[in-house]
Amino acid sequence: METKTLKIFRFDPDEDGEPRLASYEVPLLREGFTVQEALFYILDNLDGSLSFRYSCRAEVCGSCAAIVNGSYRLVCGTRLNEFPGREIVVGPLPRLRVIKDLVVDMGPFFSKYEAVMPYLVNRSEPASDDQPAKERKQSRQQRRKIDEMIDCILCGACYSSCPSVWLGDEFLGPAALLKSYRFAADSRDEGGRQRLRAVDGQKGIWRCHTIFNCAEACPKKIVPTYSIQKLKGLTVLSRLGLR
Amino acid sequence: MSDIAFQHQVLVVGGGLAGLRAAIEVRDRGLDVAVVSHVHPVRSHSGAAQGGINASLGNAGAGRDDSWEKHAYDTVRGSDYLADQDAVETAVRDAPLRVYESEHWGVPYSRTDAGLIAQRPFGGAGFPRTCYAADKTGHMLLQTMYEQTVKRQIKVYWDWVMLQLVAEDGACRGIVAMHLPTGELASFAAQATIFATGGAGRTYLRTTNSLVSTGYGMVAAYRAGVPLKDMEFIQFHPTTIIGNNILMSEAARGEGAYLLNKDGDRFMQRYAPSVMELAPRDIVSRAIQTEIDEGRGFEGGYVHLDIRHLGRERILEALPGIRDIAITFVGIDPIDQPVPIQPAQHYTMGGIDADVNGATPLKGFFAAGECACVSLHGANRLGGNSLMETIVIGPRAGRKAAEEVQGDSPAATAESALASAQAEEQAHINGLLAQEGPDHFSRIREAMATTMTENVGIFRNREMLQEAVDRLRQLRRQFSSGQLKHRGRRYNLELLRCLETEAMLELNEVIAIGALEREESRGSHARRDFPQRDDQKWLAHTIAERSEGGPRFSYRPVTITRWPPEVRKY
Repeated sequence: METKTLKIFRFDPDEDGEPRLASYEVPLLREGFTVQEALFYILDNLDGSLSFRYSCRAEVCGSCAAIVNGSYRLVCGTRLNEFPGREIVVGPLPRLRVIKDLVVDMGPFFSKYEAVMPYLVNRSEPASDDQPAKERKQSRQQRRKIDEMIDCILCGACYSSCPSVWLGDEFLGPAALLKSYRFAADSRDEGGRQRLRAVDGQKGIWRCHTIFNCAEACPKKIVPTYSIQKLKGLTVLSRLGLR
Repeated sequence: MSDIAFQHQVLVVGGGLAGLRAAIEVRDRGLDVAVVSHVHPVRSHSGAAQGGINASLGNAGAGRDDSWEKHAYDTVRGSDYLADQDAVETAVRDAPLRVYESEHWGVPYSRTDAGLIAQRPFGGAGFPRTCYAADKTGHMLLQTMYEQTVKRQIKVYWDWVMLQLVAEDGACRGIVAMHLPTGELASFAAQATIFATGGAGRTYLRTTNSLVSTGYGMVAAYRAGVPLKDMEFIQFHPTTIIGNNILMSEAARGEGAYLLNKDGDRFMQRYAPSVMELAPRDIVSRAIQTEIDEGRGFEGGYVHLDIRHLGRERILEALPGIRDIAITFVGIDPIDQPVPIQPAQHYTMGGIDADVNGATPLKGFFAAGECACVSLHGANRLGGNSLMETIVIGPRAGRKAAEEVQGDSPAATAESALASAQAEEQAHINGLLAQEGPDHFSRIREAMATTMTENVGIFRNREMLQEAVDRLRQLRRQFSSGQLKHRGRRYNLELLRCLETEAMLELNEVIAIGALEREESRGSHARRDFPQRDDQKWLAHTIAERSEGGPRFSYRPVTITRWPPEVRKY
């Protein structure tokens, strides 16, 4: 059976002074064998100490973003036979604190998400016991405006890839700003200036210098840069009193 | 550590749709609530739901005259009359307002030309009742529900694995959980605890379920003395992609997909001529399995799901998610080629014995979503009714739990009950870490899951089931001679999977013995040796209670309100 050599980033802060790459020979057990299946093969057969995050194994939950042979990938949707060479190198999302091996600290990522009012502001929202009698209307064209943003699975690849994030830990980052624009562009949202204020300023949109790393990193082919520029435009109009 | 580490008035275990919706309800009633979850809430398996959520909105075409009564009847008939009809009536009456509520909270539903929530037909209904957001409805609902959780500043403990539900003097006191990043255990005290821990798909080798859907919550309840109900009813989804069995949504057939055998024959005309591919899931799965068993499937055990005739534009608009999955995982673009599919485990109809308010026989303990058995789905769930259950029963459980909370403090005895439970769990983990023997837990897990898929699958008979029971018992004995290779504490996946395996072995015994005992065919439970439904003897819920010698079974009548059982034919 054909095998590949997986070189995996290993680091246990309790035990290791320095990270290392460990090599494992993994057979391609079936057509379309994925990197995630290979990680489980290693865990079950070769090395019980390997740690990684997982849930859906179908590219929808965002648990397993990592670096595979230099690219941002969801390991569950990455097939070993995509790579012609024998060696496949797997590492954690760069620039995030490693908890163990491929498991990184997503705490700051989600804290920033929480800071952008990541929810629809609906001033006509009924009180909890007073149930809405109908949906609000939204045309297909209006709905289409948020098509791209709502596909985000919050995997953190864009955040990890963003040089403005690397420069300090304040920048909200692409995913959080994308979420902000997802609501700003939703015909039903009444967040208005309050929503824009949450992303304005030093930590927000102006720290995006259109480097487009996020767009390249996104496993869902989303372009956060676009959303961030749209937020800049809305903010300028708002400051000028034109919106 | 004997102190209670965390204390809340209400604790929700599980951060999927039912759990988050329950927590929101508790919070909106002014109580202190927290969610404990193995994975971050947006990683929950709810997000993998694709096709939609049922509610009789009457927004589209032939569904204009829909009513809650029709939804209830279809659900009851789909359940092969095992659902409790009073519970079904209550749930489907709530469904429209919960869907509207979710829209007001921001769910980006697909829209009709008139700008209303779009609906599509699903199996067992025959006209559009299933509200959808393309084929990513679960993802959209889960993102929105988490957004609402953030808005309410509800505390979420994630990377925390619940290990034990702690009961004392007939009342629930909270849980013991393990923090994965450190491996440390801690106690969570609460006056009311709601489980929304999801299904048990990983008990099977071939399943659409996420890797974290292990049924652990069901087992924790069972170990705490709460009965499990109707566990032998396992749904096999007809259309899962070959290889790793990722779901190919029923929405494909709702949009008009064909199922074709290797001769290019639309074989559903021989099994359900009036509704064809839109028969309920149990019927379509049996049809596919029969085609495969009788040599009309493709080499490797599959048939084709063909959506090519829907056209590129409609596929990109309505089914972009499953298209991506097919391209990524089997290298096939459904716009150009049919997709190879086979049935696989999909849903656990049974679960923790709960009522329509999530209440269980244990005081202060509630269950909602897939981990619970209300029973809305009886012997076979209709597609689109599981998402409905999460946002209908979730808030009901939240409200009921909130009503039971009195004052700020847990019971006076909670601290000692939790401390001894925590010590017990710690001793158990220490024992596993120290245990030596020739067996590998991963082999035991694999053998267990293989046994379930092979012997407790779509078609069953006495010999297969007896063999499964024997094999599972043998694997349980083998468990005590297993050995972990890694003994570290920090994010020890080998340990976690070992604990899951131990729990699943116990759960599978309930499933397999329940299936062996039930000598009839009903819904998803198809006995070759008892091919007929037997309402005289088996129009009853299976109740399994834990005892030293294994599960103890009893049976409870089904609640019939307005639809007496009739022959189920489509």
